Amino acid sequence: MSGPAADPAAVRRTVDAVWRIESARIVATLAKWAGGDVGLAEDLAQEALVEALTQWPGSGVPQNAGAWLTTVAKRRAIDRWRRDDRLAEKYRVLAQELDEPDDVTWEPIDDDVLRLVFTACHPVLGREAQVALTLRVVGGLSSEEIARLFLLPVPTVQQRIVRAKKTLAAAKAPFETPEPSEWAERLGAVLGVVYLVFTEGYSATTGDRWVRTELANEALRLGRVLVGLLPREPELHGLVALMELQASRFRARTAPDGSPVLLEDQDRSRWDHGQVRRGVEALAQADALAAAAGRGRGPYALQAAIAECHALAPSVEETDWHRIVVLYEALGRLAPNPVVELNRAVAVSMAAGPEPALRLVDELAARGELTGSHLVPSVRGELLARLGRTDEARSELLAAASLARNDRQRQVLVDKAATLG
Amino acid sequence: MKYMLIMRATADAVEASKELDFEEIINAMGAYNEAMMKAGVLVGGEGLTDPEEGFVVEFGGEKPVVTDGPYGEVHELFNGFWLLEVSSKEEAVEWASRAPLGPGSKLEVRRVTAEEDFADYADNEYIQKEKGWREEQAAR
Repeated sequence: MSGPAADPAAVRRTVDAVWRIESARIVATLAKWAGGDVGLAEDLAQEALVEALTQWPGSGVPQNAGAWLTTVAKRRAIDRWRRDDRLAEKYRVLAQELDEPDDVTWEPIDDDVLRLVFTACHPVLGREAQVALTLRVVGGLSSEEIARLFLLPVPTVQQRIVRAKKTLAAAKAPFETPEPSEWAERLGAVLGVVYLVFTEGYSATTGDRWVRTELANEALRLGRVLVGLLPREPELHGLVALMELQASRFRARTAPDGSPVLLEDQDRSRWDHGQVRRGVEALAQADALAAAAGRGRGPYALQAAIAECHALAPSVEETDWHRIVVLYEALGRLAPNPVVELNRAVAVSMAAGPEPALRLVDELAARGELTGSHLVPSVRGELLARLGRTDEARSELLAAASLARNDRQRQVLVDKAATLG
Repeated sequence: MKYMLIMRATADAVEASKELDFEEIINAMGAYNEAMMKAGVLVGGEGLTDPEEGFVVEFGGEKPVVTDGPYGEVHELFNGFWLLEVSSKEEAVEWASRAPLGPGSKLEVRRVTAEEDFADYADNEYIQKEKGWREEQAAR
């Protein structure tokens, strides 16, 4: 803790750090206290933050900064309600309670943070709004930080958050964890938000590399927070495992000039093996919990298991491709998806050769799935090349290049076609 | 960014801590660990056993010299560490100052090296390896 009369810039950084640590619990506590209004709670918490920035440079950072911010926010609320003649009875009671001296209770409840998570990911909100609100109220990020991470203008993020709060208020979304009947679906939405943040960082084709790593780390942090709140949900551990295992390859998947390095060409000694270990442990935890509940692996745990096969293999040749094929089959049954099918075909080509793989890809193409995407022709081209059908391979790769969505991808495909001679 | 919180204490403080109620220590440490876990920042950590079980390997002579613990002239003992993934140095400071440690203990906090720390080392063998591979690709 810094002493009195500290440098304002240093206080600002300390306030930011305290905010990162405490904001979810402050907003959750305020939302519960103010009858479940997350939008109001967030506004009040922001007002308290502004007050901290003016007071703390002179007074020093208080010992229990979270309690200080919560109390100031509550006083701000009371001031607002006092000015409002139509003050509801419940607020009158809250106002009286706070007038009692020394009423500085600071016992944040995990359940309130969990309510906050589910409210931020409420189905009345669109996915973009869920993402922005979750990073803001659960992750403790400012609109400026969210904008920087997602390469968006700040006003766009601010608008999304304002609209999200309005939507929640208009829908009277209750500040509650979901009923058992809708638990799985609502939890699925929360996991979807976290994974979207991760993939935005992991697979974005634009933007600064460090920023993208930061965004993926933000998702991991959210995932770990959720594991702390819901330690017995297998799919949550599966999601954390998937993110750890994928993120372990960050260092190796981009060349110094920023171009992507494919999995088979990555220097595996540069993978983050501590992170691999954490991923393997999280997947084991997911499996143990699922087994105890008499359930199988969910989609995140299955994807984590595939990532684990790669993470533990010393090379492409020594990868257990048969196991990967089986895992893709299981994933395809659970969550049918043409991209999963295509990945399965690639795994089949590694396990059993290009011929059976080509049959799978042709079936996929015959069903008209993934039409317009460069993925099918690029995989077909690759398989045809391995079968020595060079002319067909070249025309498929060039077709894929014409469909590619960015220059880098296009160049890789054109180069590949050119190497076929 | 990752920070390592390295727990260091004087030998006297370690001796004195043996007089404390061990369960109290476990509870305080447990609460601290849980708070960091729930905040999503704790990514690793271990505690170390008494120095009697350890040894020191010293370099300098022709051959490294192995000395069993405890190590007479050492003033501070390294007793364990936490590994945190946080968003700023200040956040690391916040967490470090919340550690339930008593007099005679200190935390040395160090940032763990990350990829960007090596950005200037373009002649590093790994980066060279990748470059070589890329040139090979281009030549084909």
